[in-house]
Amino acid sequence: MTIKLTVNGQPRVVNVSDDTPLLWVIRDELKLTGTKFGCGMAMCGACTVHVNGQPQRSCVLPAGAAQNLNITTIEAVEADQEQGGREAAVIKAAWQELDVPQCGYCQSGQIMSAIGVLKAHPKPTDDDIDNGMSGNACRCATYVRIRKAIHLAAEKLEA
Amino acid sequence: MLQSQSLVSTQEEASETGLSRRHFLKGSVAGIVISMTLPMAGMKQALAAGNTQTDANAFVRIAADNTVTVLIKHIEFGQGTFTGLATLVAEELDADWSQIRAEHAPANVKLYANLFFGLQGTGGSSSIANSYQTMRQAGAKAKQILLQAAAAKWNVPMSSLKVKNGVIFGANGKRAQFGELVELAATLPVPKAEPVLKSPEQFTLIGTDVPKLDSPAKSSGQANYTQDVFKDNMVVAVIARPPAFGAKVKAVNADAALASPGVEAVKTIDAGVVVYANSTFNAIKGRRALQVEWDYSNAETRSSTELFRDFNAKLATPGKTASTRGSVAKAASSALNTVEFEFNFPYLAHAPMEPLDAVIQLHRESQNKKVTAWFGSQIPTTDQAAIAKVFGITPEQVDIQTQLAGGSFGLRAQQDSGLAIEAAQATKAFANQPGKAETPVKLVYTREDDIQGGRYRPMSVHKMKGYLGENGALLGWEHDIAIQSIVANSAFSGLIQNGIDATSVEGAHNQPYSVPNLDVRLHDMITGVPVLWWRSVGHTHTGYAVETVIDVLLQRAEQDPIAGRLALLKAHPREAGVLKALDRLQQQAGPVPAGRARGIAMVKSFGSYVAQMAEVSKGSDGKPQVHKIWCTVDCGLVVNRNVVTAQIEGGIGYGLDAILHGEVTLGEGGKVEQSNFHNYTIMRINEMPDIQVELVKSAEAPSGVGEIGTPPVGPAVANAWRRLTGELVTTLPFDKALEKDVS
Repeated sequence: MTIKLTVNGQPRVVNVSDDTPLLWVIRDELKLTGTKFGCGMAMCGACTVHVNGQPQRSCVLPAGAAQNLNITTIEAVEADQEQGGREAAVIKAAWQELDVPQCGYCQSGQIMSAIGVLKAHPKPTDDDIDNGMSGNACRCATYVRIRKAIHLAAEKLEA
Repeated sequence: MLQSQSLVSTQEEASETGLSRRHFLKGSVAGIVISMTLPMAGMKQALAAGNTQTDANAFVRIAADNTVTVLIKHIEFGQGTFTGLATLVAEELDADWSQIRAEHAPANVKLYANLFFGLQGTGGSSSIANSYQTMRQAGAKAKQILLQAAAAKWNVPMSSLKVKNGVIFGANGKRAQFGELVELAATLPVPKAEPVLKSPEQFTLIGTDVPKLDSPAKSSGQANYTQDVFKDNMVVAVIARPPAFGAKVKAVNADAALASPGVEAVKTIDAGVVVYANSTFNAIKGRRALQVEWDYSNAETRSSTELFRDFNAKLATPGKTASTRGSVAKAASSALNTVEFEFNFPYLAHAPMEPLDAVIQLHRESQNKKVTAWFGSQIPTTDQAAIAKVFGITPEQVDIQTQLAGGSFGLRAQQDSGLAIEAAQATKAFANQPGKAETPVKLVYTREDDIQGGRYRPMSVHKMKGYLGENGALLGWEHDIAIQSIVANSAFSGLIQNGIDATSVEGAHNQPYSVPNLDVRLHDMITGVPVLWWRSVGHTHTGYAVETVIDVLLQRAEQDPIAGRLALLKAHPREAGVLKALDRLQQQAGPVPAGRARGIAMVKSFGSYVAQMAEVSKGSDGKPQVHKIWCTVDCGLVVNRNVVTAQIEGGIGYGLDAILHGEVTLGEGGKVEQSNFHNYTIMRINEMPDIQVELVKSAEAPSGVGEIGTPPVGPAVANAWRRLTGELVTTLPFDKALEKDVS
């Protein structure tokens, strides 16, 4: 069926069954491949996008339910200054500065979640980071640098 | 992964043929390609055809736009091969780091073999070690070519020129960037003289922390993996595999699957039943509607409980000797104390974040078949041959476009090319339909396919005995291991020497502690469960066993865990070196906080030496909480400290995750009981300890890094836990061992 979505500020129309997870609409239909598939049951966070500015796992959000929502993916998250764009740019820069990624496959999701952490906690404690990031799995165990990068981004945002 | 077997290196070939002819790309982007290993025969053929484009790709491509692209013969899946190998080139080339790019080399064993393996492949933590000289020589030769061009352009001797940060400087303010010289360089013959490589004091890039080449793309969602490959008219395929390993398809009812939205076909291949659809979700949904009857007559139907029972029973029978010295019988009879141990290690999944996937397309150009395969091929030579065999063509007709991979940990280095064959068969089956000959097929694994798909770290049972004399002196040591061979009946069966699969006993048969009487025996097990190397392979279990036992025996002898080990390592200076460095860190760390304990472990693997200290407390759930790991590493000369440190951090995290949680179990009928991350528990950020890494300064040749952080962490944590609680954990994971304690 015809599904109308707003993705990265643009109206998009796709033809999929309404139970298609948003993740597959984003990847297979819209060819926005920065958002990744890792588990399909919201246990790994690789599919994290922003829905109305909040991190959500797109693998369990059916396309039918995603209509009338503002969806932002990693590719465009900096553009919307209201919805975390400022945090996004600083976080991406911190990620690069500390060479956080190894295989990199989980990192789009990590960054989208990290934006949510900093929006909610501009000066996050390690507990804030644990609570906000524990839904994002990293098999390369880049966790030490993820934590450092979030703290670094917080410092830069404060300055 | 694999221990080294040095074969004739392609470097030797190059120096024999000499490079005396011109090599350049005609008519394309004006760039020069530096060939290190063009065999004479191939060159003659290329020139005879009047074709100045060599068939031999190379390691360094310099373009007129001043970018220097390094062709990387080892797949990048997070361990830093792109950055590491490019650094070696950039150093000797005297390039500016900002002009360096990296891309995967094509599959071509003549040019891109792993010099330790004799075929093109990544593993055994060998990428830097085997490439160290080759890549430096490639960079140095490229510099010679540019210097020659500048000398010709300015009519000055080459010796009068200097190079720095991608610019060549001559007298009287003359200067030229690399890109400006490429067109002229391409017309000149390649200089014959072997360039002199830099000495370590001259390094400006090697040994520093150059930023990783792939960090920008991976920090912005721009990095592309196999999952992100899309081709026109592509279909997506998923495979319904048997619920027990070795079961075969008996009957298929595809009616409901074919009626499912977007499903285009259903075909049976060796691995199971393939459902093809116009999108990933439609393929997954279509597979749910598939009805398959399985034939279990050759299936592995034992449960884990039954398997452990069988492994245990085998240990009571004679095994094959992996190593022996002195007389264990004499040690046993003169011992004042005998301490016995039994260890049970489970199957482990690799579970990389990107599940296995591959895109394969058959091209038919006027009856000339060609296949392109896009995937994270870790052993291109054997994958290429396997794909070729499926299509009935030659390996040269298979073009592997290696992709960045979302983790491997060994999973993508398949000794049987299983994924490549599945993808090739799936593509061939679809392409056999009328009008579908050139349809690209993307095979994807769901997470369930991944967790349940076999290719596990093998399960094993170890039995050990320590024979102690006066004051706890270690008189004798017996170690029996029951485990399935990883390489038997595969392209890598050469690793079996005298009936012993080296990957089954590494770290045990050559344990470094001086004990005069020793017997290590292997008991080969056969199961229908497919097994594979998993980050640090044999060391994942032998490291735990050896380091737990030595720690227990030293404790019984009232020896300090570091001093006691050092006393038994007099013949092993590098092992001793990392322990001494760790001792200094322990002193700096000060007294152990209340409620915590520290544990030590040291494992040599892949040519490198690692010692770790874990600080552990007991959590409110009765399980270990690991606060910090101190780690000292001797991996020879370090190319990039930041990358090495990241690999150690990652290896520690990967190993800790497995020790605490990792377990694949088979239930009744041999069905895997885990399926996704809700029941295959993995470590999250809240469980990651602080990590402090010290890289011991060394002028030795670079040795392995990718896997070496993993083996010591399990025993370090276990030794800390035992000192904290008195509890010796010999059944892994800790979640299982401590189940009974959790209220």
